[in-house]
Amino acid sequence: MKNYIILNWIFCIGFLVQLIFSRVWMSHGSSTILFAFQPLLASFLVIYRPTVIKAMSGKILISLLILSGCIASLNSVHSAETGALSWGIWLYVVTLVGLLWQLMGFWSQIENLLNKNVAVAINLMVPVLFGGMLLYLWEMLTVGFDVPQVLLPPPTMIGMAFVNSLEMLWADFQQTFLKAVLAGFILGCGSGFIVAVMVDKIPFLQRGLLPLGNLASALPIVGVAPIMVMWFGFDWQSKAAVVMIMTFFPMLVNTLTGLKSTGQIELDLMHSYAADYWQMLIKVRLPNSLPFIFNALKINSTLALIGAIVAEFFGTPIVGMGFRISTEIGRMNVDVVWATIAVAALSGSFFYALLAFLERQFTGWHPSFRVG
Amino acid sequence: MNWLRTSSFVSISTVLAFTAVIWYAAAVYLNSAVLIDKYERHKVEWDFSKLVDDSWSMDRPIMPAPHQIIFDLNKSIFKQKISSKRSLIYHGWVTISSTMVGFAMGGILGILLAVGIVHVPTLNKSVLPWIIASQTIPILAIAPMIIVGLGAIGVTGLLPKAIISAYLCFFPIAIGMVKGLRSPDPIHLDLMKTYNASKSQNFWKLRWPASTPFLFASFKVSIAISLVGAIVGELPAGARAGLGARLLTGSYYGQTIQIWSALIVASVLAATLVFLMTLLEKGVQKRMGVRL
Repeated sequence: MKNYIILNWIFCIGFLVQLIFSRVWMSHGSSTILFAFQPLLASFLVIYRPTVIKAMSGKILISLLILSGCIASLNSVHSAETGALSWGIWLYVVTLVGLLWQLMGFWSQIENLLNKNVAVAINLMVPVLFGGMLLYLWEMLTVGFDVPQVLLPPPTMIGMAFVNSLEMLWADFQQTFLKAVLAGFILGCGSGFIVAVMVDKIPFLQRGLLPLGNLASALPIVGVAPIMVMWFGFDWQSKAAVVMIMTFFPMLVNTLTGLKSTGQIELDLMHSYAADYWQMLIKVRLPNSLPFIFNALKINSTLALIGAIVAEFFGTPIVGMGFRISTEIGRMNVDVVWATIAVAALSGSFFYALLAFLERQFTGWHPSFRVG
Repeated sequence: MNWLRTSSFVSISTVLAFTAVIWYAAAVYLNSAVLIDKYERHKVEWDFSKLVDDSWSMDRPIMPAPHQIIFDLNKSIFKQKISSKRSLIYHGWVTISSTMVGFAMGGILGILLAVGIVHVPTLNKSVLPWIIASQTIPILAIAPMIIVGLGAIGVTGLLPKAIISAYLCFFPIAIGMVKGLRSPDPIHLDLMKTYNASKSQNFWKLRWPASTPFLFASFKVSIAISLVGAIVGELPAGARAGLGARLLTGSYYGQTIQIWSALIVASVLAATLVFLMTLLEKGVQKRMGVRL
């Protein structure tokens, strides 16, 4: 039951062991020692005043204390010469990660007791803590064990590369995202939608196209990239063509399914109002298929970025994210590659978040958004 | 004649036939510019039927006609020894093997992660949002780095490609399995409770069987993208074998027919893998007593 008490005892004992037998890592400045002692305080608090974790302020206090332990070990690992680190720091880090895990547990237990806004904030905070922990471990391990940079550069180095080459990354972003991805995405989704509405009118075509469309979404369509590069040249048009082909089929299939999803009762009602085909389409069937269309848009947002980047592996002008990745990896500038990947990840996530937001705005009436 | 209009076989073959007609027409249209240019340089007499003939039998066409691709497929599949570097079976096998290894790795990882997420509340809160967020990231962009990075420490060949495949296919499996393991009704969980079932009994007798439909749905999605991962993994760092390498060399040397036949083989492989998965699903469902 009291798992977390045991965890804190383990930390206390681990702390004492490394303090007595391996003090070396703390000797990088007096502030390191000061910061490194804080999580010990947090552990004592949790062991002797368990009520502290019930209160909000207590949770924040413990979080800050543990955070200072992370800062201390990061400082130490950065100021030590390579190979001069003692084993004590790793004992400290392992037990500290235990504490971090327990902290996430504390934060994730309480959400029901609070009002909605705070609950949302905490639901965001736990994953942020987890991501922060991963970044912390990444930095600690790559710097501490001197991992070759070709394999995995530490996050700080990637951050530096990001800041230093902002201009270049912006040019790549413009070329790949603003030109190729957006143009291809709009063309592919638009044409998929229009074809779906047209095909929907003809049941014969529908039966022929739906299985083929389903099949096509399982095929490795990225493979058309070299052909498109050959047809449309090295610039962004060929990438937009690849993106267009990749996004066409998911949109077609989803819109067709969505248009079919309207219930017979609603159609009968519209029929009794003497609605013609277009009124039925615009007032009932299209709104009803919006959840499916947004699903396709969200799937396509990921596919589009992948398509554009992979197509750039087959030849580009000297700008673009795929080009940057494949050339900088050849020159072993792995930090720039990771910075480019960070840009791709950020833009992909924002694109997705934007679509999710729009979905929320347009299909808020749908049962899947009902709360409670 | 009503069956003619309602049979999906007739519809599909009509659409396919229509596609073939458009394809031949497109081949003429796309290749004609190069051909006419050539005729005029060599001062050759030409009319439309010669143009059509030539555009369907070019050596390095911009758009090859379907029968050229079929000839090339025949040449590189049946007329070659399987071990030959020119055989598409050999290249297909290279790709398939890393697809399968990657799929197995990704499947195990995804299932383990899902089991953890369902049983540990902290994991659910902290990891699940990241899994969903990571689906929005173009993972394939990392492919060259995994290949080169692992190559730098001496890991080459099948494993790096399999890692890319595994990376791609563990997301759908993890998400699907979380959904599946949570799919039993509260009523069933309550029933298990009245039987005094332990946590592991609950898992093996209720949650696991209930999740199989979700598992297979995710398997079908992820085996297809596992193949994509393997192909893209062969693009950078000059892989010498595999369908991706065929695409790359084809694009370097302007061998369009070679690109198209590699593409066709990849598509057939993808369709076969998904089909096999469907067969497996039906078999498992039958053994579990689902009436089809």
